[in-house]
Amino acid sequence: MHADERLTDANFPDHPEKATLEGKNKFLGFWLFLGGETVLFATLFGTYLGLRNMHMDGPAGEEIFKLPMVFVATMLLLTSSLTSVYSVLAMKQNRVKAMQGWFIVTLILGLAFLGLEIYEFVEYVHEGHTFTSSAFGSAFYTLVGFHGGHVLFGCLWIATLLARNWNRGLTLVNAPKYYLFALYWHFVDVVWVFIFTVVYLMGKVG
Amino acid sequence: MSTHASHKKRTGLMDWLTTVDHKKIGILYLLSGGFFFLIGGLEAILMRIQLIKPENDFVSAEMFNQLLTMHGTTMIFLAAMPIIFAFMNAIVPLQIGARDVAFPYVNAVGFWLFFFGGVLLNMSWFLGGAPDAGWTAYAPLSTVSAGHGVDFYVLGLQIAGAGTLAGGINFLVTIINMRAPGMTFMRMPLFTWASFVTSGLILFAFPALTVGFFLLMFERVFGAHFFNADMGGNVLIWEHIFWIFGHPEVYILILPAFGIISEIVSTFSKKRLFGYSAMVFATVLIGFLGFMVWVHHMFTVGLGAVANSIFAVATMAIAIPTGVKIFNWIFTMWGGQIRFTAPMLFAVGFIPTFVMGGVTGVMLSVPAADYQYHDSYFVVAHFHYVIVGGLVLGLFAGLYYWYPRMFNRVLNDTLGKWNFWLFFIGFHLTFFPQHWLGLMGMPRRVFTYMSGQQLDTSNFVSTIGALLMGAGTIVLFINIIISASKKNIASADPWDGRTLEWAMPVPTPEYNFAQTPLVRGLDALYVEKTAGNGKMTPAEPVGEIHMPNGSILPFIMSVGMFISGFGFIYANWYAAGGGLGIVLITMFLRSVIDDHGYHIHKEEVEADIKGGRA
Repeated sequence: MHADERLTDANFPDHPEKATLEGKNKFLGFWLFLGGETVLFATLFGTYLGLRNMHMDGPAGEEIFKLPMVFVATMLLLTSSLTSVYSVLAMKQNRVKAMQGWFIVTLILGLAFLGLEIYEFVEYVHEGHTFTSSAFGSAFYTLVGFHGGHVLFGCLWIATLLARNWNRGLTLVNAPKYYLFALYWHFVDVVWVFIFTVVYLMGKVG
Repeated sequence: MSTHASHKKRTGLMDWLTTVDHKKIGILYLLSGGFFFLIGGLEAILMRIQLIKPENDFVSAEMFNQLLTMHGTTMIFLAAMPIIFAFMNAIVPLQIGARDVAFPYVNAVGFWLFFFGGVLLNMSWFLGGAPDAGWTAYAPLSTVSAGHGVDFYVLGLQIAGAGTLAGGINFLVTIINMRAPGMTFMRMPLFTWASFVTSGLILFAFPALTVGFFLLMFERVFGAHFFNADMGGNVLIWEHIFWIFGHPEVYILILPAFGIISEIVSTFSKKRLFGYSAMVFATVLIGFLGFMVWVHHMFTVGLGAVANSIFAVATMAIAIPTGVKIFNWIFTMWGGQIRFTAPMLFAVGFIPTFVMGGVTGVMLSVPAADYQYHDSYFVVAHFHYVIVGGLVLGLFAGLYYWYPRMFNRVLNDTLGKWNFWLFFIGFHLTFFPQHWLGLMGMPRRVFTYMSGQQLDTSNFVSTIGALLMGAGTIVLFINIIISASKKNIASADPWDGRTLEWAMPVPTPEYNFAQTPLVRGLDALYVEKTAGNGKMTPAEPVGEIHMPNGSILPFIMSVGMFISGFGFIYANWYAAGGGLGIVLITMFLRSVIDDHGYHIHKEEVEADIKGGRA
């Protein structure tokens, strides 16, 4: 069997994402990459924690953060993580259509989250909380913006992956790619949970 | 049979631009790292000429600041790291019996990112002045520095650093997933172990620097206020981030040298490495402790007695595993049949030199004493003893040792010894007097000093030493040119080696091992030699070998980064966006073009084995 041959129910391995050495390498390499990403976001969180009260003449976090909107954004992203789990479950059962469907839902939720975040940033800028208004502003937009950039990259990634493999079913080459996207998406989601807590909740009450 | 066997062989320049072969990438790393090593060395010699006498005006104060910044930055990021990566690429896959690294394409991306990052940084010399805020680029000096020098520093190193991170992940996965049958973790050669731990340090240290560079770039290019106290910023954030990266970085540098020395001392003493498992444990422990000592660079900042004490104790603790290593090297030589070849001379010279750097390191780890030493030439002497006397001697040793494997030629041993003695004597002449220059109060990074302060003689001696080091390096280059002009091919195993990189013919076949070897013990090749086999037992029958295709995309992607770097430096958003567009397009192309590599047929492999080529 070749790695790029369409898998059938008869020859479907238990773990299509790790059935080849290339797949195993990607699986491990991506976990390690996420370890590095963790350090990256930890450094950004540290910077933000050091500067979050330094809003100078601009508005403080508790004055401008709009929890209802951020809550909706959080729910969108958490739900998108759930739908990507459904995708991976479908993948492991070789249900290609279901997998594609759930990934499309994931993509739409991700885009909706991005839309809300952009709307939120525009609102804040109108209220005088900008990237250059204070150290707080710089740290806020850098941390939250890095996360937003990760969401955007993820959307481009899954869109490319789906389009390229739309009619090719599951193979030992593309199964690891789908799986890695799901891993990435969960990671981005976990980072958002921390942003919601550290930036928004602590910003309101901390 | 495979449907992807079609494969066009590229030759000449195109071959080097598109290669994904770890052996060729190793050579590319070595050549570019060597080139930057020469530039960094030239910068050092210019500084020493300026300091040869009091109140000299050989270079201006502004020029001195640029030379100083670029010397440190170049040597760390563009010379030492790439030469380490050169050996990791050339040797680690061979030592573990793998056919390539885990991600050959990513390996090429890593190299080209480093290369173009380094070129971008050095372009600053021709475009209005180099960075001048020191290699540590402390804020607010770096945020207010006029001109574009520091912008080149930030963007150039950001691009190069991304390549390094990719390399680190690559080697971790290679070593975990691609070891030959029987090559357990506790049978891995020490250089592979050191590369493994170093890669782990890269993975967890470089992202912090990535963020630091983003913050500094946002501050300079987009007007952010992370380090601007007027707007609520805090300069200490930069210091913490820089050293959270920066201290693991010095272990990233020295651990591979420890690995090289371990290989060489064992080979040329004709003995198994003494205390192998203790060496492994010490390597891992140094890597671990390396992350919790960064504040010892910041003792004088005023974080308080408790913080300083904790970090002081952690720093002193590192001396213990390091001492274990020193004793194990000595015990390996004890009773061995020692051959003092050029690589062995460098290894033996390394041991006392590094101990001296370690001793001043422990002195510096005492916060109360550090208030006296801080920012003086004593610190300069210390870190040159560990980096030049440690790492660079290790790299020279590795170069002489592995040159036959990498280039199929042996370097002349007599010239190698000249190289060693000139460099070794020059080194101590340069840096030993700097200890007391520092104790007498000469601050580091000054472009001149007054006469009549008893600093004249030591500075003069130091400059003479630097010239001797330069002469030693020139001997190395003469040696390389001579060996390249002769056509004598090295033997496959010129040193009576113990590890797997000596178990195949020269030149190394592109697939490394025709049949993956079966490893039956530590020092895998030596086990077979003592068992009377002389060569490795294969772990698989001869068969088709799958190989990755070369690609020009890594080169184009890095050119895109280079263009975008220029765009950000000069706030030209078309160039910045266009360059990033090129990067995204190459990523897109890589994603949508199916590339399954090609196969070397069984018949070709059999022909190679018959012809003694595999």
